[in-house]
Amino acid sequence: MSLGPFIARRLGSSLLAIAGVSVMVFLFLHLIPGDPVDHLAGGEVTPEQRHQIEACMHLDRSLPAQLGIFVTNIGNGTLGHQCPNPETKPTVMARILEVLPYTAKLAAGGLVVAIVLALPLGIIAAVRRGSWVDAVAALTSLSGVSMPTMFMGPVLIFVFFVILGWLPGPAEPDAPFALLLPSLVVGTHLMAMLSRITRSSLVEVLREDYMTTARAKGLRERTVILKHALRNALLPVITVAGLQFGAMLGGTIITEKVFARPGLGTLLLEGIQERNYPIVQGTVLVIAVAYVTVNTLVDLTYGFADPRIRRG
Amino acid sequence: MKKRRLKIGLSPSAWIGLVLVALFLAVALLGPLVAPYSPTAHNLDHILAPPSASHWLGTDQNGVDVLSEMLCGARVALEISTLVVLICAVTGTTLGVLAGYHGGIIDEVVMRIVDILLAFPGILLNIAIVALVAEPGVGVLIIALCVNGWVGYARVARGQVLSLRESEYVAAARAVGASSTRIMIRHIVPNMLSPIVVIASFAFGGVILVEAALSFLGIGPQLSYTWGALLDQGATWIWKTPRMVLLPGLAIMLVVLGTNLLGDGLRDRFDPRNITSRR
Repeated sequence: MSLGPFIARRLGSSLLAIAGVSVMVFLFLHLIPGDPVDHLAGGEVTPEQRHQIEACMHLDRSLPAQLGIFVTNIGNGTLGHQCPNPETKPTVMARILEVLPYTAKLAAGGLVVAIVLALPLGIIAAVRRGSWVDAVAALTSLSGVSMPTMFMGPVLIFVFFVILGWLPGPAEPDAPFALLLPSLVVGTHLMAMLSRITRSSLVEVLREDYMTTARAKGLRERTVILKHALRNALLPVITVAGLQFGAMLGGTIITEKVFARPGLGTLLLEGIQERNYPIVQGTVLVIAVAYVTVNTLVDLTYGFADPRIRRG
Repeated sequence: MKKRRLKIGLSPSAWIGLVLVALFLAVALLGPLVAPYSPTAHNLDHILAPPSASHWLGTDQNGVDVLSEMLCGARVALEISTLVVLICAVTGTTLGVLAGYHGGIIDEVVMRIVDILLAFPGILLNIAIVALVAEPGVGVLIIALCVNGWVGYARVARGQVLSLRESEYVAAARAVGASSTRIMIRHIVPNMLSPIVVIASFAFGGVILVEAALSFLGIGPQLSYTWGALLDQGATWIWKTPRMVLLPGLAIMLVVLGTNLLGDGLRDRFDPRNITSRR
């Protein structure tokens, strides 16, 4: 298949996924048992108040009409407003944009930590496979996968903030180096997976004939590994890094709670606690769209690089 | 010993995993029976007490015996994980087999649903479902985890069926007049069980992690002594009693590590390339 239809098909399925996710997010509000008005008003409401809130949330309209309003709100970029008294409160989108930079920084930090730690670990394990170094690397990465985020976070805070006092603690998201510990927590899981992929991918490449050629040319082992082998082994690593982005977004929700950082996760939990459904819907939608977008980009990049994928 | 290993064919690390999982099963099954106190019995005279003869692991901020909480928490984790893995494995495998065997519209619908569910960060979906129910119990949690938990099984099962469907013994069964249902149940499913078992093994630890994460976020099942809830409470008191974080944290980690090691070992064991090289 040539590139054109491949891109069209991939974009089409992404759009379908986003549409499906939107409808699912919309239905959350309507499938769940319990009355949102009761949650919002908190206990006793007069019939007038109830009517007012219902009108504000458009609950008095038919289901298709509500879906229409929901789609319109996505289209005009507000993602809806907060009830009651929508005019006194920022739109859902405004609240999301306010905290988005914190989550973006955390996700980027996690990605950097994961790659910086995973590559050396994977390379050493592949080059010295079968040795005790390989075994230690395997154990490290498996422990990383098995380590609950909500365990690692408090332990790091305890060691580096409470005991050593080297790094800022919770609720100081703007202090210097405040991003370090949260990034470490967010990146560990991904690091563990990436180092395994780096290892297995590099082991495959090291068996190729062009490795023998490179060595026969008299290149130093270091050059052979880093320039010839690693570059060929990186493609699957990049793919997995991209595809695991969603799992990392899940990790940021927990990490934000551990470190009391503002962000999409904190906003989502706040919305859940206050039963503020427009906020919950908006946040879930934004995270899902980010996830789909990254996945699509990864797939497209991979398709450009490797023609075999386009047939899929 | 060596002969035995050849026979069962598990690597040393898989054995470690098996031991960890077996330990967890023993603790979860026997724990609540031997727990010295009730996991909900408050005793405000003994708040945050250090380990002692009467409370081996000390007490928490409500004076509840931590050992009893840990033991009963293990049972909850086992119950939730077992149910979720069973329900998801059966549903996912069934849908995957039907989609792969019949193809056409069933295949199209199932795989589109799979695509949409995969387009969603898994834990976010779990959070959204549990969070919007006013008072989530264990049942709601199980449903939430199953909504997207079956996807992995369905994909693998479908892939397996697509290749098994063309195999000679299935053609032979069809030739002697076996019905589709009989072919699927008697000839296809038994031959694709190993990858399903591998996924289930990994999923078991995964469910414990997600359950702990939801409890930690304050939206798990409304039980005070699940391991995630203990971790959540412990994090508040980490300055004073680090053991309240270390105990549930290490417990979760060891069980998940165990299922991961076991899953890895089983995957290697079932991989035909490894079996030929070993024998």
